[in-house]
Amino acid sequence: MTYAIQADGLVKRFGDTQALAGVSLTAPAGAVLGVLGPNGAGKTTMTRILATLIEPTAGTALVGGFDVVRESHKVRQLIGLTGQYAGVDEMLTGTENLVLIGRLLGIPRRESKARAAELLERFQLTDAAERAAKTYSGGMRRRLDLAASLVGRPQILFLDEPTTGLDPRSRNGLWDIVRGLTDDGVTVLLTTQYLEEADQLADDIIVIDRGEVIAHGTSDMLKAQVGGQVLEVRPVEAAQAGTAARIVGELADADPELRDGLVSVPITDPGLMPVAVRRLDDAGVAVGELSLRKSSLDEVFFALTGHHTDDIDAEAGELAADKEGASA
Amino acid sequence: MTAATFAPGELSKRVSPGTAARNVLTLAWRNLVQIKHNPMELVDLSIQPIMFVLLFAYVFGPAMKGSVEAYLPIVIPGIIAQNALFAGMSTGFGLNTDIAKGVFDRFRSLPIARSAPLAGRIIADTAKQAWSMAILLAVGFAIGFRLGTNVLALLTAFVLLLTFAVLFSWTSVYIAMKVNEPEKVQIFGFVVIFPLSFLSTAFIPNTDGIPEWLAFCMDNSPVTQLVTAMRGLLVGGPVLEHALIALAWGVGIALVFAPLSLRAFKKRA
Repeated sequence: MTYAIQADGLVKRFGDTQALAGVSLTAPAGAVLGVLGPNGAGKTTMTRILATLIEPTAGTALVGGFDVVRESHKVRQLIGLTGQYAGVDEMLTGTENLVLIGRLLGIPRRESKARAAELLERFQLTDAAERAAKTYSGGMRRRLDLAASLVGRPQILFLDEPTTGLDPRSRNGLWDIVRGLTDDGVTVLLTTQYLEEADQLADDIIVIDRGEVIAHGTSDMLKAQVGGQVLEVRPVEAAQAGTAARIVGELADADPELRDGLVSVPITDPGLMPVAVRRLDDAGVAVGELSLRKSSLDEVFFALTGHHTDDIDAEAGELAADKEGASA
Repeated sequence: MTAATFAPGELSKRVSPGTAARNVLTLAWRNLVQIKHNPMELVDLSIQPIMFVLLFAYVFGPAMKGSVEAYLPIVIPGIIAQNALFAGMSTGFGLNTDIAKGVFDRFRSLPIARSAPLAGRIIADTAKQAWSMAILLAVGFAIGFRLGTNVLALLTAFVLLLTFAVLFSWTSVYIAMKVNEPEKVQIFGFVVIFPLSFLSTAFIPNTDGIPEWLAFCMDNSPVTQLVTAMRGLLVGGPVLEHALIALAWGVGIALVFAPLSLRAFKKRA
């Protein structure tokens, strides 16, 4: 088996803040590796190391078989990077942004223009091709950014939270594009905060938290581990919530969570839902609200780590790391 | 299990000098083509200098030298120098914007010369500096300023000013690496450059009557040296000694701030 990306024990410290505490991962050639984690987990730091933007404090990483520190120039010839913040020049038009990248990659002017037109067409930006990127919507900017990372036909693509902040329609559009890429045999490393996104796109998923890998496997394996879906029941009478919790808890063979009269429990078999309805009815619990939804990242985290994602703390940590980096 | 190796034969080991030069020119083009979409930028580059020339000449001229015309040989080279210092802040402003917007990361993930993003910007900014100086001279000529030397001296004045501006712009690069928002580069620049340009002979004939210690500082400031050399080249007077001192200041500033900028950048990234 050959790996397009192979990282071993990556550690990164910014002053006193440890952003990565020894991350190891592998991505087989042609696969999509999803890296799932909350804000501040270390996803962006890891991506920046693999994309040769920063050097690890310790550990090694091979991308396309080349060391990201010692052979960074070779790595750069193989990769494309789309960051969390769309790296497009807002003053330039869509075409100029792509031609600029083409020229920097040494592609002749005429070919660069043809390649730009082709990518703009593919990402439905042809109508906006001659407009400055600052007039683009958020979704259009991300698409242009992604197009920019594809100009050089990279074999390995890093997508750092490509859909964060996008509306559902733009997000679905971007997903289709990523699926199209893997059809071309491109290896993709995708970081995301959304379980659904990793589920939709990734062959393999690693979950990272506080700079460490806490779970690794296919989407199905993770779901089996944590329960893919959540059954929620809200009895009409708040006093019956305890009874409802006991019933669904027994059914799902899991610990139900009771919060503000809402009972939720992770389940792996959606067929449990009608059974739950019958049992609740038999027990005389009047159900005001009943729903089945996919587990949130927070629930995956809770199941894996026993603590919630505590986004706020994590975000503060990331900010501190940023500041540290800027002022140190 | 082994790591996959991709197209090992086709990959280059490092950036060749020819490629590096082309990278720099491409990125300089990128910074200049923006003007095509935003012609207001050229107006921005022109309005402030024009306003300064007119205000200084007509308000201070008569009080300082008895007439507008008599003050022009003093104030035109002075404003050219001051404007170059302010314009140098745009290097840091643009750099900081690129870093904040992720554009800089995109460039650094490409197989291009590491120095190309900065070098391309400096070349583009130098072209803008030349434009500003040309505008200032044009306005000066329109209101009665006359070249007291020759065309060769005029060209030398351009070279001296642009060289000093490039060396001095390392201060703004350093600021850009230390602050988080582009606006802060401007504020910082203003706070430093305003006193720096006024504590010189840029707008006055000499430092007579100024307290001795302050006059000493002003006489020896890099701006005074630059302005005196510029006056020599545009109006007539001593040039060489002042030009060399000004350039020595410039080299000193670059020698201090270039490594500091590099270090700050490495910490930041």
